[in-house]
Amino acid sequence: MTATATHCPYCALQCAMTLTASGGEVTVAPREFPTNRGGLCQKGWTSASLLTTPDRLTTPTLRTGRTGPRHPVGWDTALDHVAGRLAGIRARYGADAVAVFGSGGLTNEKSYLLGKFARVALGTSQIDYNGRFCMSSAAAAGNRAFGIDRGLPFPVTDLDDADVVLLAGANVAETMPPLLGHLGGARLIVVDPRESATVEFARRNGGLHLAPRPGTDLALALALLHLAVTGGAVDRDYLAARTDGFAEAWRHAAGWWPERAERVTGVPAADMRAAAELLAGGPKTYVLTGRGVEQHAKGTDTVSAWINLALALGLPGRRGSGYGCLTGQGNGQGGREHGQKADQLPGYRSIADPAAREHVAGVWGVPAEELPGPGRSAFELLDALGGPGGPRALLVFGSNIAVSAPDLGRVADRLAALDLLVVADFVESETAALADVVLPVAQWAEEDGTLTNLEGRVLSRRRAVPPPPGVRTDLDVLHGLAVRLGQPAERFPAEPAAVFAELRAASAGGPADYAGVDPDRLAAGEALHWPCPADGPAGTPRLFLDRFAHADGRARFAPVEHRAPAEATDDDYPLIATTGRVLQHYQSGAQTRRIAELAEEVPEPFVEVHPDTAARCGLADGALTRVVSRRGGTTARVRYRPGLRADTVFLPFHFAGQGAANRLTNPALDPTSRMPEFKVSAVRLERVT
Amino acid sequence: MTDRPAPATRPPVPGPRRVVVLGHGMVGARFAEEVRSRDPDGRRVHLTVVGADADGAYNRVLLPEVVAGRLLPEELALPEPAGPGTAVRTGVAATAIDREARRVALDDGSELDYDELVLATGARAGFPPVDGLGGPDAPAPGVTALRDLADCRRLTAMTAPGTPVVVLGGGVLGLEAARALNGRGARVSVVEAAPWLMRRQLDKAAAGILAERFTALGIAVHPWRVAARWRPGTGLELDDGRMLAADALVVAAGVRARDELAAAAGIAVDQGVVVDDRLTSSDPRVHALGDCARHPGGGAGLVQPGWEQAAVLADLVTGADPAARYRGAHPVTRLKAEGIELTSLGEVETDDSAPGADAAQTVTVSDPHGGRYGRLTITGGRVTGAILLGFPDSAAAITQLYDDGAPVPDDRLGLLLGRAAPEPASAGPADADALVCRCNGVRSSRIESAWLDGARTREDIARTTRATTGCGGCTRDVNAFLAAMGAGDPSRGTAT
Repeated sequence: MTATATHCPYCALQCAMTLTASGGEVTVAPREFPTNRGGLCQKGWTSASLLTTPDRLTTPTLRTGRTGPRHPVGWDTALDHVAGRLAGIRARYGADAVAVFGSGGLTNEKSYLLGKFARVALGTSQIDYNGRFCMSSAAAAGNRAFGIDRGLPFPVTDLDDADVVLLAGANVAETMPPLLGHLGGARLIVVDPRESATVEFARRNGGLHLAPRPGTDLALALALLHLAVTGGAVDRDYLAARTDGFAEAWRHAAGWWPERAERVTGVPAADMRAAAELLAGGPKTYVLTGRGVEQHAKGTDTVSAWINLALALGLPGRRGSGYGCLTGQGNGQGGREHGQKADQLPGYRSIADPAAREHVAGVWGVPAEELPGPGRSAFELLDALGGPGGPRALLVFGSNIAVSAPDLGRVADRLAALDLLVVADFVESETAALADVVLPVAQWAEEDGTLTNLEGRVLSRRRAVPPPPGVRTDLDVLHGLAVRLGQPAERFPAEPAAVFAELRAASAGGPADYAGVDPDRLAAGEALHWPCPADGPAGTPRLFLDRFAHADGRARFAPVEHRAPAEATDDDYPLIATTGRVLQHYQSGAQTRRIAELAEEVPEPFVEVHPDTAARCGLADGALTRVVSRRGGTTARVRYRPGLRADTVFLPFHFAGQGAANRLTNPALDPTSRMPEFKVSAVRLERVT
Repeated sequence: MTDRPAPATRPPVPGPRRVVVLGHGMVGARFAEEVRSRDPDGRRVHLTVVGADADGAYNRVLLPEVVAGRLLPEELALPEPAGPGTAVRTGVAATAIDREARRVALDDGSELDYDELVLATGARAGFPPVDGLGGPDAPAPGVTALRDLADCRRLTAMTAPGTPVVVLGGGVLGLEAARALNGRGARVSVVEAAPWLMRRQLDKAAAGILAERFTALGIAVHPWRVAARWRPGTGLELDDGRMLAADALVVAAGVRARDELAAAAGIAVDQGVVVDDRLTSSDPRVHALGDCARHPGGGAGLVQPGWEQAAVLADLVTGADPAARYRGAHPVTRLKAEGIELTSLGEVETDDSAPGADAAQTVTVSDPHGGRYGRLTITGGRVTGAILLGFPDSAAAITQLYDDGAPVPDDRLGLLLGRAAPEPASAGPADADALVCRCNGVRSSRIESAWLDGARTREDIARTTRATTGCGGCTRDVNAFLAAMGAGDPSRGTAT
């Protein structure tokens, strides 16, 4: 019987747990840790079931044509086939004809090696990852304002002493429940079109709920900035000492007096005033954003508007207050730092920056001019597959794009147009089901690695059990493919420790500097937050206390203006569908739908509808309905929700096939972050007869 | 010169259209912004915005906030129109339009040629014929309008805490100014010539309650009283002979469109430049927007219709949407007066005596004691009018239903009162087995079973059900359950 101290496989809170393996059985026990304090949600408690899932993949499978069943083959056959096909496609169509799609669920080591594999072994610029659908708007806005993007620039435990916390588009009671343990002492202002579980929690503690129409959060944030100014809550000394650009940002916010914003958002001006008063009162005030305000075609500007509010109140860069974004995926933070993003090199460096290219090329032992430039963003990449000038082969690691990408009908067409689809996964996900080659890989508790949690703290995930026979790790797969593509074996190590050592060197001097993250100190449980340079090995739990990360040390307001969602409702599509999560499921559900206890609790897709709206559509509570957008339809069971806006319906996106919410969603992209507009689709509800 | 002609397969591309905008206020500046967002690189339209005010464009709607001391004059500045093909000329005014030559003469002696001319010259304060008042361009001592920053500066220079001030006009602007002055400590009276306040937006009952709300704030309200004479240094004499002491008089008695340039050029005007659904005047190359325009669908006096017109005209002149049309105002009046939540929209007076399914029906709630009044008019299942005084929550919801033309809920009184409809029966039974620990999906029945199976402490419950092991928020509930069940009482022993 062995006990292994590790972390949960799911969200970015990365709750600490102890896994005990005994005779093929693994049990979970929560573990004391600053983020979860010995708590776990139902997903965490049941996570070990994943290790014994009956449909676990243990043999590579392959088909040589584009249709028909795949057949089991040996690893060498599978890797030889993939490498051979990739080399052939590259020779015929060029390096950018091969694309790679990664994940915010991959460890730092995998994210790093995947980016290196794409740029060096494949020589392709065409790599992006599902974090584009998750963190990209907050990342872009954070970089614009502060010169760096770390989800929370302070430890989670700082929230314990908060007086007021504004949660914009974050439903933490469902998405990272143990975080609520840090919010019990604060008055919460929850911005959400739904009366979410987080809203209920807030109400019990004297909090406020602002329920804007989906797609109007930006106008709400501008109005709150307006009220901060007219209410005299702006910290003018802080603006002068630490920021630039307030005057331009104000010119836009000046046009959003609360009564005007009320007409656009549907939030009563009186509630905005109450929120503004709470925010101004503080003094320990935090503004936190989540996917609800970020997953829009104006997500970057919306986050900028919330950051502008935080800056005007003088919150960031002071102990006891601040702005932060609540990262979603388990390694949503580390995953966006080490080079699996189309425009990025390890250490959160820009692939367009000559100095960054020199440095990383030096670590990799290749000439800088051989590194490709920036590639397509996630949806643009998927949308180009098999088309003119687009990639002909796609390798997918740790992502289930056939469920999680927007406008699934279009994505399915593109995947079908490929010459080759290769998926590495541990179960037959909906994306694996479409693949020509499926490579069975190790999961979470079967391998070592590091992750970086929502507060920028690097954590060790430990191997608790060996992978089943026949299964290899992602690092092993990359090693095997790289060697077959002619790379020196030592350039693609398969050992996590060796990859991490290289990652530290590659990140050294970059914004996300891991050079000083010593594995022994991690193992000893030290709290190391990046940047952690070699000469400052204590790490940085709190950023910005002395200066922001722009060269001049100052934060920047962004002059943002509200604009309407990418598509409007009309007589044919009169309602707004917005998507989100439930506590029992994670992301595409490929993992949690396989866990009996979770699947029993939330077994099927549903759509939350206001009873009046449902009645007008002739839909009883519990009836099946077809939700139809201009792009496609999905089938879900009606749930009456009297607390929901009557113009809005809500669907969780964890379900596949006919019940996939992303059959509806709009791939209109944010001009900066290239985030799709997951949160606003014009729909109608049809009866299923 | 080349010896061979270029392969002329395409006709020459015309240069950008020259669009001249007269007026750099809220609507003129917005029009420029709308054009630039549709034509960011200036390929289709070259814009010249001409503004007489040297201050640049500013947000006139917020003038009462300056009066109230919550904003500084310089904080009203609007975003400057910018981008390739954009020129802004401030401190110059147009003096004449030559429609034949398509040329505008400016008061600095220069001229501007145009392909399209956009009039966004706004309006000036209307001065009623009252003895001693002066006119908008030459007000008598102590008198000011509240149309621009200069008015605002004049007013703030004349008023201090305790200053007696009369506001002439009990419409939206007058009441907002009155409340702002009152908030700064001035002693304010409002004189309205119509039978009641906000005559165009309110019915008599609502106006009566509103007047009481103002009175309670210390503002004296004199409806249906005509001003007779302004005596500088003394005050305003009313038609009944009463004298209202005042050091300052704010004229907020409506506006007059600035349409003189158009009229002098022979363009049709009728209390404003007459425009059609394309915002085009009787001259097809001359357009008008905002307060200087007169569209059959109304809308002058409020900024929102002017902004909607700006978007339509920008669609047309850039070619972004040749089918764009302005279909008239959908005005929503929202009084911005601290502590008073008032919304008025759509039809104010409704005859709901006519029978029939599509006839208008009204729900009215009057609560003079609480200072609240609500009147909701529904026609064919849609909101067609509302007056909402003191209903901040429902006002927001009703305004969106009105703007969207969305069907109203069955419970109309609930809608008006801002109370959610009663929960449907189906939501009831589930509560019989309430969710105690959301983090782990543990219902009360599960906790009861655990107790029956011997769990007597919070730790026992946590071990057997996982309740309290997520965020810890339900620990209180579980402890309360245990206390109620008598756990911890040693006399009860432990179940086996």
